[in-house]
Amino acid sequence: MPSRDGEPLLAARGLRRSFGRVRVLRDVDLTLAAGDVLAVAGPNGAGKSTLLRVLAGLSRPSAGEVRVEGRRLAGDPEARRAIGLLSHHSLLYDDLTLLENLAFAARLYGSPHPAETARAALAAAGLSDRAGDQPRRLSRGLLQRAAIARALLHGPRVLLLDEPFTALDAAAAERLRATLAERREAGLGVLVVTHHLGEVWDVATRVAVMVGGRWAAEEPREGPLDAFLPRYREWIGA
Amino acid sequence: MPESLRLALAVAGKDIRAELRSRTALLSAVVFAALVLVVFNFARDPTAIAAADLAPSVLWVTFALAAMVALNRAFTVEREHGAIDGLLLAPVPRGALFLGKLLANLAFVGTVEAVTLPLFVLFFNVDLTAALPGIIGVTALATVGFVSVGTVFSAMAVRTRFAELMLPVLLLPFMVPPIIGAVQVTARLLAGRPLSEMLGWLRLLALYDVVFVTLCTMAFGAVVDE
Amino acid sequence: MTPTEAAARTLTRRGLRISVAALAALAGVYVLALGYTPVEARQGVAQKIFYLHVPAAWCALMAFSLVGLTSALYLWLHDPRLDRFAAASAEVGVAFSAVMLTTGPIWAKPIWGTWWTWDARLTLTLFLFFLFIGYLALRASLHDPQERARFSAVVGILGMLLVPFIHLSVYLFRTLHPQPVVLKPSAPSLPPEMLRTLLISMLVFTLLYLGLVTLRYGLALAEEARDEAADAAR
Repeated sequence: MPSRDGEPLLAARGLRRSFGRVRVLRDVDLTLAAGDVLAVAGPNGAGKSTLLRVLAGLSRPSAGEVRVEGRRLAGDPEARRAIGLLSHHSLLYDDLTLLENLAFAARLYGSPHPAETARAALAAAGLSDRAGDQPRRLSRGLLQRAAIARALLHGPRVLLLDEPFTALDAAAAERLRATLAERREAGLGVLVVTHHLGEVWDVATRVAVMVGGRWAAEEPREGPLDAFLPRYREWIGA
Repeated sequence: MPESLRLALAVAGKDIRAELRSRTALLSAVVFAALVLVVFNFARDPTAIAAADLAPSVLWVTFALAAMVALNRAFTVEREHGAIDGLLLAPVPRGALFLGKLLANLAFVGTVEAVTLPLFVLFFNVDLTAALPGIIGVTALATVGFVSVGTVFSAMAVRTRFAELMLPVLLLPFMVPPIIGAVQVTARLLAGRPLSEMLGWLRLLALYDVVFVTLCTMAFGAVVDE
Repeated sequence: MTPTEAAARTLTRRGLRISVAALAALAGVYVLALGYTPVEARQGVAQKIFYLHVPAAWCALMAFSLVGLTSALYLWLHDPRLDRFAAASAEVGVAFSAVMLTTGPIWAKPIWGTWWTWDARLTLTLFLFFLFIGYLALRASLHDPQERARFSAVVGILGMLLVPFIHLSVYLFRTLHPQPVVLKPSAPSLPPEMLRTLLISMLVFTLLYLGLVTLRYGLALAEEARDEAADAAR
């Protein structure tokens, strides 16, 4: 589905988030247009995970606002429907099978046929044969694939990924890159936080650097990664 | 069926299904309740106090303690693997989430109570035949109120370091009015007193339910939404 | 000095000054209670504890109501000042509840012949104390200030609404049981000296409440100023 009226898929203005007096996000502005795959890198503690939580609507910004296709995320539950989040956690219940987990997630998004939606998502992740297993019986890599399937389940137009390549084997990583490329071609949005820019360099359209809660730099992804890395080191002050 | 109710049932169904699969919490809570009953039997002097005099209090203290154990687990399952984030990400009204968790907790506590009641009859030699419908009614009336508050507090307690300790400290004062009421009504039911003698207490219990279910439904968003 | 530090310092000093003044005035209340007011005919000197007990109860109740009120306002306005005030008021409330709960039995022993009885008011104050303690225990176990503020606001509101229920259920419980005859200590009409001393004491206690809350609020600000300084240094 294309975004409405030329509004960017995701727009954040003047985002601040502090925990008490400790500022984790300090005035972050960012825009994710249709077909953007924005790679965000930065040192530990730069506020990347907090940023994702705020963009996903899990954490209320102390100041500023997030708009999804022009709708304010705060106070508009329907705006949440457009967002998919892969966090550090799998978001899966240990006592339910993968199929039950995904079917439950599909129900939360109002899918008319939750079981079919879940089966299709598992098939796409290459997990059909593990549908009856509980998450605790999966290896970390398989669990990560299940978590990705859960994030993609409801067809989000904005996908927020926190270190998505963690524990994935080469084939699964390649499949994820292909998924991101497909989304790019389809005019959907992706924001991917990573410590290893090499993992997403080829599919990214833009690359941004976060340092100390600020959007330190942002530029189109051009040329080889090796040419970018010296600039990156300079930005993060390494 | 309204969308909110459908979502609430989905959440409750998920909890019940997960619980039926592992059964550990439910079994522990039932065994715990049985043990409390046994301990109570030995905590009285049989020559001085008849079992029947103590029965209503024993029943309700047991229910309260078992409910506490049961409520402790309500949000630990959501905490593991960040599952609560999965609920909050979805376009689900927070009131529906609360209702879902409340229904699951009521099913859970209700099951423990349903198993405890026959044990209570057995251990304390109480004749329930006439009073049974009344007992079930007052149990439902009292349980809804404190499980509702317990659901909200359980969502808070899991965010603290000593959740198992924090929940009772917060919740026990809130259990006092429903338990006083329920004990009074139970005692009158067992003694075969007329309904008019219980009406004041029943009104109090009903009022408690209305006030706290409403308030908790509204406050739940403030607890789970960062 | 940052504005936060400056505000913290001003408030702490002001709170300290008010508290010291109130404590000095409290000494005056003792003198009044012991020297000026007549000895109550039936209760004797034991009655004099009421010049402490009743004002402490009044302050505890006020502290608790204000926690409830500011909690409700916090969930609406999300203003951190409301949260700071609620926390300060709860801590001071615990202190006053403790005074109330210790002076009560000291009086009750000679007059009622027992340290403790499940009198409706007594039970209610005991639960106020427990609610305060739970509220503060919850605060102490949470680290994210916003989360702490939201959670404690919810407990504050629910607690405020619980109070009438506890009162009602304990009252119903009592009236339906045989009770020992209870003397109504402040019953028909107090002699003017007693009333005057009581009112002065209430005023002094209210002042003490204000002083301690201001002090505690200032200290909370000082803690935030410290975090702010640490954050700025990053």
